[in-house]
Amino acid sequence: MPIEVLMPALSPTMEAGKLAKWLKKEGDAVKSGDVIAEIETDKATMEVESVDEGTLGKILIEEGAEDVRVNTPIALILGEGEDAGALSDGAAQAGAKQQKTDAEPPADEPTSGGEAAAKSAVEGAAKDEAGGKQSPQEAKATGSAAAAPPQPEALPEPDVPEGTEMVSLTVREALRDAMAEEMRADERVFLMGEEVAEYQGAYKVSQGLLDEFGPERVIDTPITEHGFAGVGVGAALAGLKPIVEFMTFNFAMQAMDQIINSAAKTNYMSGGQMSCSIVFRGPNGAAARVAAQHSQDYSAWYSSVPGLIVVAPYTAADFKGLLKAAIRDENPVVFLENEILYGQSSPVPKLDDYVVPIGKAKIARPGKDVTIVAWSIGMTYALKAAEELAKEGIEAEVIDLRTLRPMDTDTIIASVKKTGRCVTVEEGWAQSGVGAEIAARIMERAFDWLDAPVTRVSGKDVPMPYAANLEKLALPSVAEVVEAAKAVCYRS
Amino acid sequence: MAATAAKKQPPKRESASEAAKSTSSAQPEAHGAADAAVTFSKEEELHAHREMLLIRRFEEKAGQLYGMGLIGGFCHLYIGQEAVVIGMQMALTPGDQVITGYRDHGHMLACEMDPKGVMAELTGRRSGYSKGKGGSMHMFSVEKHFYGGHGIVGAQVSLGTGLAFANKYRKNGKVTLAYFGDGATNQGQVYESFNMAKLWKLPIVYVIENNKYGMGTSVERASSTTNLSHRGASFDIPGEQVDGMDVRAVKAAGERAVRHAREGNGPYILEMITYRYRGHSMSDPAKYRSKEEVQKMRETHDPIEQIRKRLIEEGHASEDDLKAVDKEVRDIVNAAAEFASSDPEPDPSELWTDVLR
Repeated sequence: MPIEVLMPALSPTMEAGKLAKWLKKEGDAVKSGDVIAEIETDKATMEVESVDEGTLGKILIEEGAEDVRVNTPIALILGEGEDAGALSDGAAQAGAKQQKTDAEPPADEPTSGGEAAAKSAVEGAAKDEAGGKQSPQEAKATGSAAAAPPQPEALPEPDVPEGTEMVSLTVREALRDAMAEEMRADERVFLMGEEVAEYQGAYKVSQGLLDEFGPERVIDTPITEHGFAGVGVGAALAGLKPIVEFMTFNFAMQAMDQIINSAAKTNYMSGGQMSCSIVFRGPNGAAARVAAQHSQDYSAWYSSVPGLIVVAPYTAADFKGLLKAAIRDENPVVFLENEILYGQSSPVPKLDDYVVPIGKAKIARPGKDVTIVAWSIGMTYALKAAEELAKEGIEAEVIDLRTLRPMDTDTIIASVKKTGRCVTVEEGWAQSGVGAEIAARIMERAFDWLDAPVTRVSGKDVPMPYAANLEKLALPSVAEVVEAAKAVCYRS
Repeated sequence: MAATAAKKQPPKRESASEAAKSTSSAQPEAHGAADAAVTFSKEEELHAHREMLLIRRFEEKAGQLYGMGLIGGFCHLYIGQEAVVIGMQMALTPGDQVITGYRDHGHMLACEMDPKGVMAELTGRRSGYSKGKGGSMHMFSVEKHFYGGHGIVGAQVSLGTGLAFANKYRKNGKVTLAYFGDGATNQGQVYESFNMAKLWKLPIVYVIENNKYGMGTSVERASSTTNLSHRGASFDIPGEQVDGMDVRAVKAAGERAVRHAREGNGPYILEMITYRYRGHSMSDPAKYRSKEEVQKMRETHDPIEQIRKRLIEEGHASEDDLKAVDKEVRDIVNAAAEFASSDPEPDPSELWTDVLR
């Protein structure tokens, strides 16, 4: 039996990539450790090593092919004694689902700090030929947030001029563009964080910024979150406008004292004399398969603190427009991104200066039967659930909160007064969560309009497990949102 | 170098001279020499005397107002440490920034902030520097380049490093003084900041005010190594111990350190050996040290008494002159206290202002 070489996953969130280059050709002998191909993702280029010995029998995916899904067979290796005649058998297997490849920690794995060209070994010899098992990536794709993002029906902002050209950008590019535009416009703006400069960003968000702005404005810091957050706040107290990137918000727990005690409170404690215009940004929440210490949603934590502004967008347009607004704001802004959203594309208005106002929610999908409130990656579940519900005749109104503090309660209340029902969606825990806060506000301001209790769909009340199936269970799902919406509509 | 200096200089305090000896071999860059020979002009002596006296009288009055219930919460007095902040201030150029922790009243007065505004903040009144919303530990004056007044031990070290970062970013030639106590020298973010300051050659002087006790715990009981001027050694940051009870020594060391920082050589550490006479805060009975220890410091090392003696001995001032200074200072402090007692509390609407801009 020829051995299948599968498209490897190079990071926990990778779903597809480009087969950039074959370094071996059909008929070449390969042995374990040989680099056989180069794979490109939007983050990095990686080498694929063979883990098997034999002859490269057949290349199944040609050089240059884009969007090759993880676990797709890309080549067949003939073992000792096998000849080309065996290939037909192997090719027949090519479409079978395979066990997940055994990837090494990718270059962008936050704790590794590894090299850009981290090697990835491909497990060619997939034993599970029955094809019955679903890979973790696929499990993710079918059930939850990782698949292609559903898009809001409405335009990103009502005040975008009619006829404005829309360009498709990834969230990653939108963030980069926002920072670059603001840095061009204001010399006080600079970026600091781990791996933001020479490495071009652990998640490649700051790609190209070092080249354009130089090392004085794009600054690699040591791995010292508490210290460099304090340095950023100090620079902000002195009148600069720092963007402090945390490799993930999980690591910002080390810096929380400076974010809350210094950044959020100094304006108040100085009687309005000492402003602190600073943006703390980075990926927040669960990525994929990185377990409890690297998968936590801080929406509720920061949004409970007066003196902070907390933003958590979903679309590329909102990421761009709100990051620009955050950088310009005179207050400390916690800007929560999401690793899974980084690679997702959506239309962004092609305008010289596209700014989205902080503190305004958006009706992402109008409806009359039930209100679903979500933000950031929670929008993925909400919009998909709305599609499902529509098939059953339930018109859900989906609100993209976008800013968590100050919260646009008016938009929520107006919608609930129309629908009489509300479901909140978040990946964070339910207790003291943002959904709990929304429920309380609805009770306070729209109690008489409610036809059913406000229902929360949230992350389960456990630390994030590693195992693929458990992780999926711990996160909210489209099915849960659908079920909750039907329950508040008294439909089952 | 430091060892010879210690020989030349009649040891003012056992701990300071012993520590100075231990410094000599390990810290090639530490200076400390020549300080014994540092003398002040008549004007400098008179200036330092008056400024230190202002802090002393202000703090005594603050203690009194606390006892009367006019000042609440925490109130950390600077009495005994006056020479540190006044000597350092004399080494600065206008525009240089100062940031410190919560024992901050002296620093504010040294930065020429209005005693009325400081005292009114202590009493939580509307004309206080923070409109009554900050209190003893949280006051600021952008105009006077005083950046607080921070309540979390060690936080000001990172923040001060950020101020220095901004100076370098703007290439404005300014230097930042970041003050912190011996207690803060064991905080992690201090070392994170040391590393970045040296890595990026930031214009900052770290001033450790070693008053021998972090709250109720002596340096010896809290710190595995007690020569705190060495704490930058692993980052190659030069440091020296200074007799923080002698304003002349402080100014001389301050000038060296500030010059080092301003010339682009990066950070510098000064460990000021000093002493606080009062408890950690007003509510501290200070049972961790003997009354005799405090009394001995007051009698033999008091920074104001030292300069008073010199002024008289050298004929720069008469007893009457000094009494007049004392009266002038007391008048200022009394006026501040009166203002701070009669100024109204903040309007209730102030509760909601200044959360965001």
